[in-house]
Amino acid sequence: MTTDVNRRVLPGFSLSLGWTLVYLSLLVLVPTAAGFLKASTLSFDAFWAAVSSERAVAAYRLTVGVSLAAALVNVALGVLVAWVLVRYRFPGKTLLDSLVDFPFALPTAVAGLVYSALFVESGWYGRFLVPLGIEGAYSRLGIVLVLVFVGFPFVVRTLQPVLEGLDRDVEEAAACLGATRLQTAVRVIFPSILPAIVTGFALAFARSLGEYGSVVFVSGNMPFETEIAPVLVVARLEEFAYAEATAIAIVLLAISFVTLLAIDLLQRWSSRRHA
Amino acid sequence: MRSMQLVRLLAAAALAAAVPLHAASVELLNVSYDPTRELYRAINAAFASAWKAKTGDDVTIRQSHGGSGTQARAVIDGLEADVVTLATFPDTDAIRRAGLIASGWKTRLPNDSLPYTSTIVFVVRKGNPKGIRDWPDVVKPGVEIVTPNPKTSGNGKLSFLAAWGAVTQRGGSEADALAFVTKLYAQTPVLDLGARAATVTFVQKKVGDVHLAWENEAHLEVQEAGGAVELVYPPISILAEPHVAWVDANVTKRGTAGAAKAYLEFLYTPEAQEIIAEHYYRPSDPSVLAKHRGTFPEMKLFAVTAVARSWEDAADRYFGEGKIFDSIYEPKR
Repeated sequence: MTTDVNRRVLPGFSLSLGWTLVYLSLLVLVPTAAGFLKASTLSFDAFWAAVSSERAVAAYRLTVGVSLAAALVNVALGVLVAWVLVRYRFPGKTLLDSLVDFPFALPTAVAGLVYSALFVESGWYGRFLVPLGIEGAYSRLGIVLVLVFVGFPFVVRTLQPVLEGLDRDVEEAAACLGATRLQTAVRVIFPSILPAIVTGFALAFARSLGEYGSVVFVSGNMPFETEIAPVLVVARLEEFAYAEATAIAIVLLAISFVTLLAIDLLQRWSSRRHA
Repeated sequence: MRSMQLVRLLAAAALAAAVPLHAASVELLNVSYDPTRELYRAINAAFASAWKAKTGDDVTIRQSHGGSGTQARAVIDGLEADVVTLATFPDTDAIRRAGLIASGWKTRLPNDSLPYTSTIVFVVRKGNPKGIRDWPDVVKPGVEIVTPNPKTSGNGKLSFLAAWGAVTQRGGSEADALAFVTKLYAQTPVLDLGARAATVTFVQKKVGDVHLAWENEAHLEVQEAGGAVELVYPPISILAEPHVAWVDANVTKRGTAGAAKAYLEFLYTPEAQEIIAEHYYRPSDPSVLAKHRGTFPEMKLFAVTAVARSWEDAADRYFGEGKIFDSIYEPKR
């Protein structure tokens, strides 16, 4: 695959590339570099002490764990919703379709407040669930629930165009060749939507890693139990310990980056295999 | 004739434009913490008319509110506050350390730069079903406590220090105090990050039996809840000291030193002290305080120096990374 930038349809390549670089540098690279610069004022030992305390490690583990759980739930829910929205016609479909983006529009702090109010003992759901021992507020489950809400649009929106682009002829051909419906789903449809699923999963996961506004209202913030890593960052900032706060943030950033990179590599590998 | 009139009118207009207006107008920015919003709205209106009467100048005061520590950081990072009226000493002093406020700022205004004080009180459910009257009642079995995280909230820090001092000021040892706060936080199911979030948890979500709150917030909470909660004054609590200061670097740059200083001095006038009392802050003027004794019952209030050498010492000793507050929580294995 070679791209010849000189043979373009629209003029202005250097201008648009220049703008892209400037924009990305100003808004993404420089702030990130500033973070690294701040953290680099710490000695290695101080950096290590800030990021490797037992409490911080518990917080990373929690953050990664709940984000993973929420992203997995979102894959299951998102595939179903995307399928229904693409393959069926029913009244109210447009409304449902626009509802999918609702978590993007709602301030996440509001989501956190509403979820915790619903799941506490006196809340609409909580009054039935808490007697059964299901604590949906101020617990790890509560964090997963709100992260599912926050990450929900990602899987649906990455999957929808891919499902729309699927060639129905292929499914028909599979049926003609004697494939059962399950075989068609698993061996024909699934492989072609897998990269989109993985992308949606990665986006939802990365989004959850950095989520703060909603989680602090629903988690209860108990150290070692429901305290997410961004809360530690805020706690360190309150002590005016900027460098230590940045150090923890960098660990989170590294986790996100490695995840996104790994997913990207995985996708290349899978698209090569299925090419 | 008509054209002469027009000429005269134009001349007058030109003259008016050329001569600077007598009444100057000043704009001040007051950077404060969350619960003081209503207080300063009332104070600002009163100060604007007092300033106009005295100097003939117009003054507008813009307000900025948020978590006290966050606000202090904003000022350090360049928010051009003329005055800061923050919740705790370390926040104001962090601005001094950044070189924006002169050293020795605390003694520039009367009463250690404290026009008002506050404290931590209890808010309980209607009828006080768990019988919570004093600190030992708070940790009785089955009582759940709501108060924000001391690591992130001024209210949270003061609640912790109030509980600690309630033990040591009555003859308990440090070990007793540690045992007491350990019990207290074991019975705290939620650590919200700020005062208002904790209020929502207690009142709207109906979590917990007792809320350790700012005195002024507690009054508002009781009003808002419409009889669902009530206020209990413990016999002893901590003296909260929200200092005020003008920000030297900014007032010099903006030429607002006179107005900023006058604004803060105005807080000590009987008029402002009255407004302060009406907003449930304890006025520093003893006669105004005495007049409002019904709202501010006598309590034994100890300063932070009763539990630490200074605010810096308290911040480090109790809330520093890995220090006393952190040691309460054990990793789950």
